[in-house]
Amino acid sequence: MTFADFIVTNAPGLLVAIPLFAAFTCPAIGRISAAARNLWVMGAMLVTAAIAFILAFRVFSSGTVIYVFGAAATHLAVPLDSGGIPIRIIFTVDAMSAFMEIICAIVGISVLLYSMSSESRNSSLEGYYALYLLMITGVFGMVSTGDLFNFFVFLEILSLASAGLIAYRIDGGLAVEAALKYFILSTLGAILVLFAIGIYYGQYNALNIAMIAQRMQFSMLDKIALVLLVAALAMKCGAVPLHFWTPDAYSMAPSSVTAFLVVASQASLYGLFRVVFTMYNVTMNCVTVGWIIIILGVLSMVVGVTMAIPQKDIKRLMAYHAVSQTGYMLLGVGVGLAVLGNAALTSAFGFMAMEGGIFHIFNHAMYKGLLFLTAGAIVYRIGTRDLNKMGGLGHTMKYTMIFFIIGALAIAGIPPLNGFASKLMIYESVYLFNPILAIIAMVVSILTLASFVKVFHSVFMGPQLPEYADVKEAPLPMLIGMGILAAIVILFGLFPQPVVDMLVAPAAHALADQGGYIAAVLGGA
Amino acid sequence: MDLTAPLLTGYGIWAPLVWLVACVAAVIVVYLLWKTGESSYKKGTELERPYLSGNVEPEKGAVHIRASNLYWGFLQALKGYYDVLVPVHTGVLTDYMIWFVAVTALLLVIVGVLS
Amino acid sequence: MLWNLPFITVVVLTFIGIVTVLLKKNLIKILLGINILESAVNLFLVSLGYREGGVAPIFTLAPSQLMVLPTPQALTLTSIVIGVATSALVLSFAMVLYKKYGTVDIDKIRRLQG
Repeated sequence: MTFADFIVTNAPGLLVAIPLFAAFTCPAIGRISAAARNLWVMGAMLVTAAIAFILAFRVFSSGTVIYVFGAAATHLAVPLDSGGIPIRIIFTVDAMSAFMEIICAIVGISVLLYSMSSESRNSSLEGYYALYLLMITGVFGMVSTGDLFNFFVFLEILSLASAGLIAYRIDGGLAVEAALKYFILSTLGAILVLFAIGIYYGQYNALNIAMIAQRMQFSMLDKIALVLLVAALAMKCGAVPLHFWTPDAYSMAPSSVTAFLVVASQASLYGLFRVVFTMYNVTMNCVTVGWIIIILGVLSMVVGVTMAIPQKDIKRLMAYHAVSQTGYMLLGVGVGLAVLGNAALTSAFGFMAMEGGIFHIFNHAMYKGLLFLTAGAIVYRIGTRDLNKMGGLGHTMKYTMIFFIIGALAIAGIPPLNGFASKLMIYESVYLFNPILAIIAMVVSILTLASFVKVFHSVFMGPQLPEYADVKEAPLPMLIGMGILAAIVILFGLFPQPVVDMLVAPAAHALADQGGYIAAVLGGA
Repeated sequence: MDLTAPLLTGYGIWAPLVWLVACVAAVIVVYLLWKTGESSYKKGTELERPYLSGNVEPEKGAVHIRASNLYWGFLQALKGYYDVLVPVHTGVLTDYMIWFVAVTALLLVIVGVLS
Repeated sequence: MLWNLPFITVVVLTFIGIVTVLLKKNLIKILLGINILESAVNLFLVSLGYREGGVAPIFTLAPSQLMVLPTPQALTLTSIVIGVATSALVLSFAMVLYKKYGTVDIDKIRRLQG
């Protein structure tokens, strides 16, 4: 077959193989020169992103793509002599997975471009770039896989690489403390996930998500496994009251890594939705589990934003806002889950709520990444993260200020940016479900705006301070990285309906469609 | 695929391009009003300095209100809430893990009983 | 009752592990608690594959055709390796924290709070 055919057929496998190979050869190439290493890493990231876009295009045009590792042909999921059991590791890339892959590719490229200049002052960068490519591998693997144990392995790859990157700057011990808390909590969560996988294997003799979904009976053991998975994955994405690691880890990591940690948390959110929607669907009591996710979402929104207002550290404040915005996604998709058993309500507002939540995942990755990158640019030029020491930077850092304004207006849900589009969908559908939840969501939006007005005033407004008289604008690679994300924030705000039609609605329908997922893997059995 | 289609939210419509046209129209009106103002001033004279009713202008660092002092009223009003919430974020790893295990146990009880 | 002994051991080990992780103050003891939890999960996975009277799942010169399941053994191997990586990373964090803070007491490693 031709080279293009090879790439297109093997895209899911290459998506994980290329960053993995590039990560492990990065230190060797780093010995040649720093420029060679930068070229190698950027090349690997661009190739991976191109493959992700090709795969996403294939999924959105012709349906779920399955990729079987080790079979004679990549679509032969069920061997003829196995009695209907898919025995190999299968990557099941449906519309929701492709959606998450697009997010990871875009943020990955922007953050890598930004890192080229923000990390240029530091040493031992081979470790940084190798771990960064491992994080990319972890996220792509987590969102593409159709096998539960494979999900656990990629989850652990992601946790290990993230912990290493959070502790990268040591920072007198503070960054290591943050990474320690993040990593031990992640390990505890991963052990619970492994318990749940053991429970599923013991009951159904299957590790494939589609196989477990087909055989699911919701016995008492399945309830225990569901709670273990929901708790562990909710902890990994930073839902209150399991969010305590988020401000520490996000504030102490290098800013480029923080912007990508947002995507990593959203990959765990994807895992939560995959478990709840595809494995269980209507076999469980949708209303109870839906309300649990809604309550987690509301708590995250409220506690996140109220803890953000008194903060004095710019990145810690933004980290609490990340917790708060995760609450919006949990709220939207939780409402969709709660009405999943009721076909009339689902078509009335359930799908709209799910689409709002899923659209918010994309928008949040874009504007939160942008905000963390601007915070990183400010810290790069000034050297402190303390809001009390900053002031008057708008005189010299004009582009950073413009990007910050775009990000702050987007996170507060101000029209015409993309935050408003997804928040409007969440408000209107959640209002039809329960008015109080929608009102809480709107009040949280106002408090978000208040908190970012505080940051904007204390960083950019005011007279030019004498100690910052020679602060220059952020370097060009950082501006380009921020510019990519800002352009997407504006574009998705001005043209939301094509995005919803092409990306979000197929993802929402693929998530809710358990039968389609099972049929794609098991071949209509 | 209609690029300019408004966003359908199931309950209403949001058309950002119409909103943008309205904003551009408003900005044009504001600009025309601004152009009718005085456009000349002498650089480097008293015209450029901030006017504080005759008081001495403090040095630049003291004029800028810092982040901890903004929203003082909001934080005072919600003092009871913050006095409970902020100490919960102790910073001790074992406290975080106790929260994790306690929430898992609570969810086990809820899901076990209610479904 | 005897056939449930592995699962009872899993429950006991999990309980010991969780109590260690939650109540101990020394970082090294917390790491040992995590190792105990990992051992509990590995024991759980391996004992799921046991079939009574089964032999090792190797086809060459097999004494009988009744074999224990090999898949959980593969899962457990992967989990052990992940446990090794976890322990290595936490121990290196503990080393750096001891050098910078002078303590491994988890009650004193709390400069990031609020």
